[in-house]
Amino acid sequence: MSFVSFEFLLFLLILFVLYYTLPRRFQWMLLLVGSLVFYAFASPKYLIYIAVTAMSTWAAGRAISAEYRGRDSYIKETPDITKEQKKARKEAAKKKAKTIMVLCLVLNLGILAVIKYTDFFISNINSLFGADIAFMRFALPMGISFYTFMSAGYIIDVFRGKYAAEENPARFALFVSFFPQLVQGPISRFDDLSKSLYEEHAFDAQSITHGAWRVLWGYFKKMVVADRLAPLVAGIAGSPDKYAGGYVLALIFFYSLQIYADFTGGIDITIGIAKMFGVKVTENFDRPFFSRNIAEFWRRWHITMGTWFKDYIFYPVSVSKWMMKVSKWSRAKLGNTVGKRVPVYLSTILVWLATGIWHGASWNFVVWGLLNCVVIMISQEISPLYDKFHKRFSFSNTKGWDIFQMFRTFWLMGFLRVLDVYRDVPLTFRMVPTIFSGRGWSEMFSGGLLKFGLSTADFVVVLAACIVMLVVGILQGRGTVCGQLSEKPRAVRWTVIWVLIVIIITLGAYGIGYDAAQFIYNQF
Amino acid sequence: METLMDILTELHPDVDFDSCETLVDDKILDSFDIITIITELNSQLDVTIPADKIVPENFNSAKALWALVEELQDE
Repeated sequence: MSFVSFEFLLFLLILFVLYYTLPRRFQWMLLLVGSLVFYAFASPKYLIYIAVTAMSTWAAGRAISAEYRGRDSYIKETPDITKEQKKARKEAAKKKAKTIMVLCLVLNLGILAVIKYTDFFISNINSLFGADIAFMRFALPMGISFYTFMSAGYIIDVFRGKYAAEENPARFALFVSFFPQLVQGPISRFDDLSKSLYEEHAFDAQSITHGAWRVLWGYFKKMVVADRLAPLVAGIAGSPDKYAGGYVLALIFFYSLQIYADFTGGIDITIGIAKMFGVKVTENFDRPFFSRNIAEFWRRWHITMGTWFKDYIFYPVSVSKWMMKVSKWSRAKLGNTVGKRVPVYLSTILVWLATGIWHGASWNFVVWGLLNCVVIMISQEISPLYDKFHKRFSFSNTKGWDIFQMFRTFWLMGFLRVLDVYRDVPLTFRMVPTIFSGRGWSEMFSGGLLKFGLSTADFVVVLAACIVMLVVGILQGRGTVCGQLSEKPRAVRWTVIWVLIVIIITLGAYGIGYDAAQFIYNQF
Repeated sequence: METLMDILTELHPDVDFDSCETLVDDKILDSFDIITIITELNSQLDVTIPADKIVPENFNSAKALWALVEELQDE
């Protein structure tokens, strides 16, 4: 059941009516039932995967919390306990808790690894050793990368003592399976999501209206922009022999727009739906195309993934005992200036490798992750030079320079992102240089771009939609657009909403060959 | 405290670490800076800051960070 389907709208309507008519104490249970129904529509047999992850993580969390409670009551109830005894009891509890956490992580990340990466592993073995091992072709359960990471974050937080484990298995199952975020995240944290997910919600007309506006805005981006551009992007990337040179630059540009509209639109729908049920889902974007460099871009794009990797991989690896030894060794051998960078850069490489692999089982994503890493490291190294540049030249502190930086970041990210769309890494590296060969440019501007099922009117629609998205982006810098729209007279509000609805209905990309089922990030 | 102030000032000479209490919230310190501070503290004071202590409250000001160092030294 796709977000972009009549079945989903009907499902949502039924759930919504029941949610606000049943006694409020049943609301979270209804959301759980709704989430399971939503998941079962994708494929009932995949329920087993999400159930294993949810229940094993819930049980592990309870076991860790029980261990910590035992520790605390022992310390509290033992009279005249010495500092050493207290420390020993704490260490024993931590050790047991760590074993439970590691087992839980191995099980659940293991399931993800086997399902997602077995065929990638087999294909590399086959290529390297000339073997002919058959592929397993596991189907990927919906949202597995997202709910596995949410569960992993939860168990690590419980181990760290950030919060106590959830006692009720059904409530925990709702956290893992909450339907709006199963499609493409965000990767929510238990302490951010749980309160509003479990508490009772009265019918709040303003919150529901704002949620519905956000959903509409998401559908606009997804259906009017992303899905309109999908055949163009697939067409250029799918026939590299025919479409090189200028077409590659067009591919970079249009794919950047497509993935922005697709992913942010999907998240708008997720956050909007959750808001209609009174649930507060974490924001996943902060106007990413207004970023002035790649590091800033990654702080504003897919925020929940970035902070997940930072909190659960980058920091723990960077401050691990092993890394501290590496740091001391590198300072002694390489000198203080170079040596102190080693832990940061080793951890950064690991995080970007993991980020690439998380996105997909292919070398394209591994190379994409490492290229991002290289650019971020170079930016980090030249930042002192950059500071000097800013002090020396006054124009670098102007709005015009900011806009230039945003333009530069847009294209730099676009050039890296093109690895998503070509079938392999060598092909991508062959195609990108053709941009400068002069091929394809005149053909492209003599109707070449109209070969992919898009008419001139479609390009006008995309251009107009981009202007609207840019204006909304500027407005978002002043606060939430819903809040700003609420302050306008009723006639203005309704005009905006109806125009949006009419545009989605009349200009949304429908028709033969159009597959509304897939959000790009749904496959990650 | 002096060691910590030296480490911070070397990273960002323009920042007034005596008064600033929004080092993380205002993005003055990024994750690279935080790891550099932790490795420097480990190297110079032999204090290991675990990952679960890397939260904005502990890194928003030099004072808070020094309180954390003292707490870890006491353990």
